Amino acid sequence: MAKVPVQFTLNGAEKAEFIDSGTTLLHALRDKIGDTSPKGGCHQGTCGACTVIIDGELRLSCLTLAETCNGAAVTTTSGLSEGGVLHSLQRAFLDAFATQCGFCTPGMIMAAKVLLDHTPNPSREDVVEALSGNICRCTGYEPIIQAVLTAARSNSQNAV
Amino acid sequence: MALALQTFPTVEDAGAALKAAGTRYLGGGTLVVRAANEGDVSISGFIRSTEPALSIIRISGGEVRIGASVTMAAIARHPDLAPLAHAARAVGGPAIRNMATVGGNLFAPTPYGDFTVALLALDATVTTDYGELPIETFLAKRESNHAIVTAVGFTLPKEGGFRFLKQSRVKPKGVAVLSIATVLEQAQDGTVTSARIALGCMADRPIRARAAEKALIGRKLTADGIAPALAVAHDGTSPPTDPIASAWYRNEVLPVHLGRLLLA
Ligand SMILES: Cc1cc2nc3c(=O)[nH]c(=O)nc-3n(C[C@H](O)[C@H](O)[C@H](O)COP(=O)(O)OP(=O)(O)OC[C@H]3O[C@@H](n4cnc5c(N)ncnc54)[C@H](O)[C@@H]3O)c2cc1C
Ligand code: FES
Ligand code: FES
Repeated sequence: MAKVPVQFTLNGAEKAEFIDSGTTLLHALRDKIGDTSPKGGCHQGTCGACTVIIDGELRLSCLTLAETCNGAAVTTTSGLSEGGVLHSLQRAFLDAFATQCGFCTPGMIMAAKVLLDHTPNPSREDVVEALSGNICRCTGYEPIIQAVLTAARSNSQNAV
Repeated sequence: MALALQTFPTVEDAGAALKAAGTRYLGGGTLVVRAANEGDVSISGFIRSTEPALSIIRISGGEVRIGASVTMAAIARHPDLAPLAHAARAVGGPAIRNMATVGGNLFAPTPYGDFTVALLALDATVTTDYGELPIETFLAKRESNHAIVTAVGFTLPKEGGFRFLKQSRVKPKGVAVLSIATVLEQAQDGTVTSARIALGCMADRPIRARAAEKALIGRKLTADGIAPALAVAHDGTSPPTDPIASAWYRNEVLPVHLGRLLLA
């Protein structure tokens, strides 16, 4: 089958690849481009491990065809740290033991990032709703919720 | 194996391409890409159209037209569609809502199709590349209809006239045990003058509760007033038994939830 071109920015850097038409974004990111931060859990839209941000919106990369992202800005968890310094959400997840096996973590952090981008001071209910498409089999969720609330607080303290 | 995607600038060209065997229209992909990922060999390719009209919400004089590619998230945040926001937010989690389209929801099999339940109660019309159909007619033959849905249209209900409820086991997001939408009109004294009740998960696709609708006319929304409607709420239902609930359970709880919605 003839390959088709895809071109988008990934964490701010231009990416261009030839892929099989119909390839999912998850497959293109992990196996073509080499960004393994989005995880393939269920490939059914159920677990949220593959969650990425496309043009500022949360999406499931396992159900998104890569060709539909031409010209888009794709953000993954691997693009969050700057100069070796962890993003406030990554730091809060580590400090709050919100990551155990870590499989759900990149998706959780993407969902939390979109929440904090729009709602810098979320309530607990806002956090629960924002993470409602992401499954964690290890932590029991509470440390994750606390980590997101902590990151929000530390962001607003740093902003003062 | 990857399945080729063909993108067309017009619905007309996409419609012609969709005649090829094994092709499926691609909305947000939350069901059809999932099916492909699960190995559904009946799908050999995806077709989509990027015609701008498909992504537009138009509201004028109380008449609403929502393009088929409009997502649940776009409906939920539209200020003039506030009465429907609750129904749009009932679909999946945040990422699913950014992808799930109105067009795709019309084809979603039970236990999905929550927004379609709302559209059925609103007595929407469904526009396809072959013309316009009442939603009930459309739903009855949606599998055999190979048309592309381009938009849905309905009249915005009067303030407080539209009610929606989705009951699920997993909170805040979960697949429906059942969902119910109602559009009621009442006289000054509270007597119901017209009623449309739509049910989700009470058959293989959303259905109207005709007997309950009839039993509500001329009644008031009190416990006594709605009792005859609740007594016939499961007339004509054939709910599935699935991992969420048994058919028996769905029929048992339907009058309870319908009662709560009517008395809310
Ligand atoms: C984890 C998860 C949770 C979900 N939760 C819910 C829920 O709570 N409630 C709910 O209602 N649904 C739910 N769904 C199902 C689904 O996301 C929604 O029903 C959604 O609206 C389907 O729309 P789509 O655009 O993604 O459809 P697609 O997957 O793109 O398409 C679905 C079907 O419709 C056809 N189609 C799509 N658009 C058109 C069109 N314009 N013209 C003709 N045919 C078309 C496709 O060919 C395909 O057969 C869930 C799905 C997942 C994966
Ligand atoms: S891998 Fe995409 S939701 Fe599970
Ligand atoms: S940390 Fe293991 S699934 Fe969440």
